[in-house]
Amino acid sequence: MGLEIIKRFAGYFHKYRVYAILAAVCIAAETVLELAIPLVMSDLVDVGVANGDRAYIFQQGGLMVGCAVLAMIFGVGSARFAAVCGHGLAAEIRKAEYQKIQSFSFANRDRFRTESLVTRMTSDVITIQNAVVNGMRPAVRAPMMMLTALVMSFVINARLALVFVVATPTLGFLVFQIVRHVRPLYAKLQGAIDQVNRIIQENLTAIRIVKAYVRGDYESAKFDQVNQNLRGVAEHSFRLAVLNMPALQLVMYCTILAILWIGGGMIVSGDLMLGKLTGFLSYVLQVLNSMILLSNVFLLLTRAMASGQRILEVMDEPIDITEERARDVRVEHGSVKFDHVSFKYRSDAAEYVLRDINLEIRAGETVGIIGGTGSAKSTLVQLIPRLYEVTEGTLLVDGRPVYEYPLAHLRDAIAMVLQKNTLFSGTVLENLRWGKEDATEEEIREACHVACVDEFIDRLENGYETDLGQGGVNVSGGQKQRLCIARAILKKPKVLIMDDSTSAVDMVTEAKIRDGLARCLPDTTKIIIAQRITSVLHADKIVILDDGKIDAVGDHWHLLDTNKIYQEIYHSQQEGAGL
Amino acid sequence: MMKRNVIGKGPKDLKKTLRRLMKYLGFHKLALAAVAVMVVISAMANIMGTYLLKPVIQQFIEPGDLPGLARAVALMGLMYGIGVLCTWGYGQLMVHTAQQVVSQIRHDLFTHTQTLPLSYFDGHTHGELMSHFTNDVDAVNEALNNSFTVIIQSFVMVVGTITMLLVLNVALSAIVIAFLLLMSVFMFISARRSKKYYAQQQAGLADLNGFVEEMVAGQKVEKVFNHEEKDFEEFCRRNERLREAGTKAVSYAGMMVPAVVSLSFFNYAVSACVGGLFVLAGLTDIATLSPYLVYVRQSALPLNQLTQQANFFLTAMSGAERIFEMMDVEPEVDEGKVTLVRTRTDSDGVHEDAGGPDYAWKVPGEAGETLVPLQGDVRFHDVSFGYVPEKTVLRHVSLYAKPGQEIAFVGSTGAGKTTIINLITRFYEIQSGTITYDGIDLRDIRKDDLRRSLSVVVQDTHLFTGTIADNIRYGRLEATDEEVRQAAILANADSFIRRLPDGYDTMLYGDGDNLSQGQRQLLAIARAAVAKPPVFILDEATSSIDTRTEKLIGIGLDHLMEGRTVFVIAHRLSTVRNANAIMVVEQGEIIERGDHEALLQQKGRYFQLYTGQAQLS
Repeated sequence: MGLEIIKRFAGYFHKYRVYAILAAVCIAAETVLELAIPLVMSDLVDVGVANGDRAYIFQQGGLMVGCAVLAMIFGVGSARFAAVCGHGLAAEIRKAEYQKIQSFSFANRDRFRTESLVTRMTSDVITIQNAVVNGMRPAVRAPMMMLTALVMSFVINARLALVFVVATPTLGFLVFQIVRHVRPLYAKLQGAIDQVNRIIQENLTAIRIVKAYVRGDYESAKFDQVNQNLRGVAEHSFRLAVLNMPALQLVMYCTILAILWIGGGMIVSGDLMLGKLTGFLSYVLQVLNSMILLSNVFLLLTRAMASGQRILEVMDEPIDITEERARDVRVEHGSVKFDHVSFKYRSDAAEYVLRDINLEIRAGETVGIIGGTGSAKSTLVQLIPRLYEVTEGTLLVDGRPVYEYPLAHLRDAIAMVLQKNTLFSGTVLENLRWGKEDATEEEIREACHVACVDEFIDRLENGYETDLGQGGVNVSGGQKQRLCIARAILKKPKVLIMDDSTSAVDMVTEAKIRDGLARCLPDTTKIIIAQRITSVLHADKIVILDDGKIDAVGDHWHLLDTNKIYQEIYHSQQEGAGL
Repeated sequence: MMKRNVIGKGPKDLKKTLRRLMKYLGFHKLALAAVAVMVVISAMANIMGTYLLKPVIQQFIEPGDLPGLARAVALMGLMYGIGVLCTWGYGQLMVHTAQQVVSQIRHDLFTHTQTLPLSYFDGHTHGELMSHFTNDVDAVNEALNNSFTVIIQSFVMVVGTITMLLVLNVALSAIVIAFLLLMSVFMFISARRSKKYYAQQQAGLADLNGFVEEMVAGQKVEKVFNHEEKDFEEFCRRNERLREAGTKAVSYAGMMVPAVVSLSFFNYAVSACVGGLFVLAGLTDIATLSPYLVYVRQSALPLNQLTQQANFFLTAMSGAERIFEMMDVEPEVDEGKVTLVRTRTDSDGVHEDAGGPDYAWKVPGEAGETLVPLQGDVRFHDVSFGYVPEKTVLRHVSLYAKPGQEIAFVGSTGAGKTTIINLITRFYEIQSGTITYDGIDLRDIRKDDLRRSLSVVVQDTHLFTGTIADNIRYGRLEATDEEVRQAAILANADSFIRRLPDGYDTMLYGDGDNLSQGQRQLLAIARAAVAKPPVFILDEATSSIDTRTEKLIGIGLDHLMEGRTVFVIAHRLSTVRNANAIMVVEQGEIIERGDHEALLQQKGRYFQLYTGQAQLS
């Protein structure tokens, strides 16, 4: 499984492969130089000093300085290349993840939480990036150091070097055991952190509720639970991870003692030269030190794997709204037909949200949809641009099932003003241009006139250039709704859907917008969800939705005569002038 | 999570923070002391082991003294054994202590956050507060987990190695010490410079995070407008900026290690040459030079570690400083002594009774406690208030709500309606005037008890992760399933809840973002209804609910609120037309008051609003 994950991520590495090779080469070269320096040194002492050859001493000294300079160049190079690799890989992963998340349907989205998706794109990617940046150096160095030292020690004395045959597998086994047990814990740890952050986040956003209901203690108790859980998991995993160090020391010390004892015996019996023992010992230390470096690399990798797994979960999520059945067709007129459409958000849900909807909307018609809270009005209209997929039945636009249109074409032809609408950071103009990228000044002015944006745009600090702030916090509710309508008008859609999008606008302005729409988009099919009867009064037909079913369809006078729900709504608004 | 502010800022007052941290550590100090002792022993065992090799070889192996060698090996074995035990011990103890301390910090910080006044939350972004819990606590955690032991260990190693060098040759050691100083200075300067690059990286990260959060949250709009490609381009731009900044920061920091290693080679080379010359000049001998040079080589590593860890340590200290700063923020003022009790009335009068049906204020006085029945009589006497002192939001507001009355506030956005509510719940402190509740000054009532007597549905609905039932039960934790259902029925939420996949047990995530706006409001009303408090406050509680459902809720609420005082803020005038008194609020003043009929006859602002000639938002 570990290899599988690495293989998957290797794909994102492609662009930076050259840098990875360069980094590895630099690290290797640096390591070789580092290994060479003590040899130069021993010549300096053994030949130069022993013979009293000053020139040789300086020559060797100069050679060492040369090595040091080269080592520095290679070292700096390796740091640079490793950084390029690590951050490059991170950027590629983020890009791929972002693209994947963009293609998510809302059913996909519901399986991950928003905050979890954001963490998976940020902190999890950083874990992998750190593993590359910090792990590359020891990953290349340690095996080289180990190998040289192993070879050298075998050259010095093959029999004594057999100690490694015991020591290396022992240490390897211990480290393997630690990594094996720590790995699932790291995944748990990440989950525990998610939980703690979630509760903090919720308490920060809902602090008024917490205070109003005097639930401070309750929330603290809730927090303590996840906090204690995090403490437990963290302690458990780190306790295991730090076993690394005593394990290494144990093996290292045993090896030293074994060599002292066996080697000592060999010297006494004349099988080993005395001077070789110290050299041999230093190689032993080098081998074991490299092993601990490697084990750290493994721990880094283990942590990265846990994050990698979480990222792959996102990447492997099957997208349930696809263009598989799409053909090269476009929406020409804008008629909409619901043919025995039923819908539920999750396939295993017991009850349908929408049941057996049959509705025909002719191109250019204006249709009002009215109904109680939770009668699934918003759900109904969100099926049209395929934000959700119908569960049963067929939804046709211009007589073709919606899935036959390429998504981009379908959504291009349908403009929707959502109930919980979003404006983005940026200027008014930038937000309006979402509707049409290359809209001319004339077009924007026209759309703003129809949506009655021009009534307040001059009162904003910088007119069209006013910065809206995140989520459009700098304009009032009514102004926000009008901007969203203007943004939708700019699309010049075949179908315009307005989901409760004039609720904060007064009736006079609303009437103006309605007239404007009729004038500037005469052939566009208009579907209007509203709370106020006055908003749909003039529609060609009004659909009464009740508990996910169509209760009645008809025009205002017809419904007022025959439909009980409509009568109730009408009367509930009569006194109060519909406000 | 974002790591802004972590790097790039050092602690302002290191000593003070350290003292504070030590005080905070409490009895964990003992554990840390034990850790320190074990670290020293472990490091000593390591150094001694290397140091002993030479005498062992000279004294036992050279003369061929095998029994002596056996004794020496056994002795070293014992020393090593103790070393390994200590390494194991400090590792385990350190992890345990670190996690205890860190979870304690998280707990204290969270509990303290709950007590802070709302004005504090107004002045700080969520991201900022969140970062205390994540980045700052993480920094402390990291330092406790790694830096503490490594710093002690490296320190022992550096001191030990330098001592060895001094023992072997004082004059030569001057070179090494000079180089070590040079390296320290170099590392210090590099660390300071790399901070700048890290700051850029953190800014890039924060920027990208913000973008991703906004886009993920607004994905529906993105899809509806086919804006994926455009956003992806923007994302790539920011992603690329972050990549560049990150590469720069890490390359710079990463260069420190090889640079220091190379410096240590220079040191090595210079020491070797000078040492060789010393031998030739007869100042030392070759037998001393070789081990000496080994120590020179060894000296670089711990110093390198020490500097690296010092960086982490400083980061942790600035994190701790920010944590303590937040813990030092004054909690909400609460000098109230009057408490809320349940009572029962019988022939002898009113008695305190935990299971009783009525509520009363228990007012402590010189002549003992008196019980004042809770009625819901709220009065404002000439109240002025501003969120910031220089900008007055309410000016000389006086009003009264008699028990059982429904009082409505209407007026433009920003007129001050919600502010009035915020003062009744005492989320904020008034600047002048008084507010009384059943004749008791609001400030004399204990805050928790005050809020328990009120049930507020606030303007922006927030739900918690948990089931639907949990969310409704939030209003009264001991409510039975049946009571929860009754409240949901009253709020007209029952029918939609039953159609959810798991009914009342459906999990809500992410502030209930899988529900419609109206449904979330219905749940908020159910939550308030289940609490059954004496006073209701509804602040734009039905703005996204259709008028018919609203009317149905109204009937349910009317029944529930019978004899209770109700404050209503509403945008739709049909919601408030039945109120006993309607106050029209404009620019912080009550400009009209009266019931619906009276206000219509005045032909003033209310009349304009009602006939659609003026806009509310």
